[in-house]
Amino acid sequence: MNELPQQLVNGLLLGSMYGLVAIGYTMVYGIVQLINFAHGEIFMVGGFGALTVYLYVLPDGTSLWVALPLMLIGGIIVAVLVAVGAERFAYRPLRTAPRLAPLITAIGLSLALQQAVWAWYPDARSAITFPQIDGGPFEIGSVTIQTGDVFLLIAAPISMAILAYFVMKTRTGRGMQATAQDPDTAKLMGINTDRIIVVAFALGATFAAIGAVAYGLKYGEVQFRMGFILGLKAFTAAVLGGIGNIYGAMLGGVVLGVAEALSTAYIADIPGMDQFGSQSWANVWAFVLLILVLLFRPQGLLGERVADRA
Amino acid sequence: MRQRSLIAITAALAAGALTLTACGSRDGDGGSDSNGGGTTVVIGVDAPLTGDLSALGLGIKNSVDLAVKTANKDKYVEGVTFKIEALDDQGQPSAGQQNATKFVANEDVLGVVGPLNSSVAESMQKVFDDAKLVEVSPANTNPALTQGPDWQTKKERQYKSYFRTATTDAIQGPFAAQYVYNDAKKKKVFVIDDKKTYGAGLAATFSEEFKKLGGQVVGTEHIDPDTKDFSAVATKVKSSGADVVYYGGEYPQAGPLSKQIKAAGAKIPLVGGDGIYSADFIKLAGASGTGDLATSVGAPVEELPSAKEFVANYKTEGYKEAYEAYGGYSYDSAWAIIEAVKKVVEDNNGELPDDARAKVTEAMQGVSFDGVTGKVSFDEFGDATNKQLTVYSVENGAWNAAKSGTYGG
Repeated sequence: MNELPQQLVNGLLLGSMYGLVAIGYTMVYGIVQLINFAHGEIFMVGGFGALTVYLYVLPDGTSLWVALPLMLIGGIIVAVLVAVGAERFAYRPLRTAPRLAPLITAIGLSLALQQAVWAWYPDARSAITFPQIDGGPFEIGSVTIQTGDVFLLIAAPISMAILAYFVMKTRTGRGMQATAQDPDTAKLMGINTDRIIVVAFALGATFAAIGAVAYGLKYGEVQFRMGFILGLKAFTAAVLGGIGNIYGAMLGGVVLGVAEALSTAYIADIPGMDQFGSQSWANVWAFVLLILVLLFRPQGLLGERVADRA
Repeated sequence: MRQRSLIAITAALAAGALTLTACGSRDGDGGSDSNGGGTTVVIGVDAPLTGDLSALGLGIKNSVDLAVKTANKDKYVEGVTFKIEALDDQGQPSAGQQNATKFVANEDVLGVVGPLNSSVAESMQKVFDDAKLVEVSPANTNPALTQGPDWQTKKERQYKSYFRTATTDAIQGPFAAQYVYNDAKKKKVFVIDDKKTYGAGLAATFSEEFKKLGGQVVGTEHIDPDTKDFSAVATKVKSSGADVVYYGGEYPQAGPLSKQIKAAGAKIPLVGGDGIYSADFIKLAGASGTGDLATSVGAPVEELPSAKEFVANYKTEGYKEAYEAYGGYSYDSAWAIIEAVKKVVEDNNGELPDDARAKVTEAMQGVSFDGVTGKVSFDEFGDATNKQLTVYSVENGAWNAAKSGTYGG
C-alpha cells in the first residue's frame, strides 16, 4: 500500500489544528507585539468549556448534532472570557512595561490556568473522555478519514475564510490593521486601540476553542495539560509562517503537521537514518525545519508584510 | 532586530517552562510526631498521585494505607504504631529523587513502598541505599533495577536496600510473546515503545522471544509520550501488514494508540504489559479496544483465596479509587516492611534499635509470608520469588483474565 496520500492527510489534519491555535498567537503578536504564552491554556479551557456544556448543561443522551453547536458556543464563551480577562488584568497593566514583563506574566498565567483546571474541575487530574461522533470512517481511495476529523476538515477553512473577511472588510478589521501598523497614529485617527486589542484576544480565543473542540473529537479526550505542547507547536507554526501574518499561521501549521507526519513515515527509510525516524523524533524534525526557515528566511514563509499584519 | 531577540528570549523561556512543569505541586504531611508511650514507624509511599498515571498511583497509596490500618488494628507489632506518608512523584524521575531525599531526612521512616515507574526507581535507588533505607516496589518490572545493566549475561545485584514484589520484564515480555505466538496464533508483529526504561525494556524482551519462536517483527516505532497524535504511526502499522501490535509503555498513550491504529483501518489487537492493565486504558481506547491484550504480574487478585480478605477490606474502608493493577502488590510490599519491622523489634527486646534502618533492610531479605498475591519472599537479587503472570483481554468494556501461568523459559 502506498501510504503517502494517507500520511499527507494525517499531516494536514494535525496541521490544521496547529493553524487554528496559531492564529491566536499571530493576531495578538501582530497588534501588541506580545507572545501570549497562555494561549495554549486558552485552547485548553475552551475544550473544557465545551465538555462542561455536554456533561453538565445538556440532558444526557442529547444528539451530538444538537450538542455540537452548543458545545462550540460554550467553549468559545469560556475561552473568550478567560482571554479577555487575561488581557484586562494580566497584560493591560503591563502594556508600557519592558517587553519581558508581560511574557513572564504569560508563562505564569499559563501554569496558573493549568493548575486551576487540575485542582477544581471534577476528575480533571487525568484525561476526561470527550463525546464522539458516531459513524464509520470515510474511505476515499486509499485514504481513510475519521468521522471525528471531518469537523476539523470543515471548520479550519471556514474559520480562515471568516477571519479573512473580518480583517479585510469590516470596520473593526481595518481598525486592527491600522493598529498593527502604528498604534499611536491609529489612536490619533480615532481608533479605540484598547477595544481593538480586546477584539484580537477574543478572536484568537474563538479559534482556539474551535481547535479544542476539534481536538476533543479527534482524540476522544481532553486533559489539563493538552494546551502545553500544542501551544508550543502552534507558536512554532506562527513563527514558521511569519508571525503577525494570519495566512502564514495557517500555512505554518499545515507545513509543520505535514513535516511531522512525513518525518515519522519516511526518515527511517533513508540509509543511515533509521534511528532518527520514529515518531519520537517528529518534534526534533519540526524544530530543525523551523531553524532552517529562520536561517534562510528570517521573516517566516509568508513574511511579516505590515499591511497584512492583523 | 528587537523582534528577533524577543523570539530568542521567548524560545529560552519556553524551554524553561518545559522544565518547570516537571516540578509542580505535591502534597503530603510530615508525620514525625510520636504518640503516647508507643513508637511511631512511618512507611513512605512514593507514586504518581496526580497526572496521567494517577489511577495506578492512588491504588498503590490506598493499598498501603489499608495494610498500615490492618497492622495497627491487630496490634501486629507490639508497641509500634504505623503511619503512612505519601509523596507524589508525578511519574517524573527528578520528583522521585527529591521525595527519596525527603524520606531519608525523616528519621521515623523505616521503609518506603514505591515507586510505580522503573525510570523513577532508577533515580531513587542510590539515595535510599546510601541511607540504608529499604524500598519495596510493587510495580517496577525493569530487570536492570535488581540484576544490573548486564542482566542478560552477568547478573549482579545493584543495591542491597531495593526489593520488589512484582516480577520482571525478563519474564513478562517473553510470557506475552509465547501467548501471542502460541495461543493467539499471531505471526507478524509491529513493535512500538515509548523509549522509557520500562517500555523499551519490555518491548525488547518481547521481540527477542517472539523472533525465537519463529514470529516476524515487521516494523518498529518509538513514540513521544507527550503527544496525542499517533496517526502517522497508525498508518505505518496498517501498511506493514502486521497482524498484532506490541506496545511497551503505559495506558495514557496505549489507549489513544490502540484507538488510532484501529481507526486507520488495521483491525488488529494491541498487546501490552502491566503498564496498560488499567480501567483507564479501556476508557481511552474506546469501543474499538475490544480484543486488546495485556499481561500483568501475578494471578488476578479477585481469584486468589489469599486476596479475598484484601478485596473485602478495601471495599469496607471505602476508598474512592480502585486498587488497580498493583493494589495487591502494594499491600504485600507494605506488609513485607511491617514483617521486617516486627522481626527487628522482637530481636531487640520489643524496642527499635538505634540502627533500625539497616536492621530492617537486613531483615527484609529473610521475610516470608502468605500475602495477597500468594507467597511473598525475595531472592538474592531482591526480586520476588513468586513469578506468576496473567494475560487479560478487553471484553465488554472490562479486563478479563484469559490465561494465568508461570513463564517456562
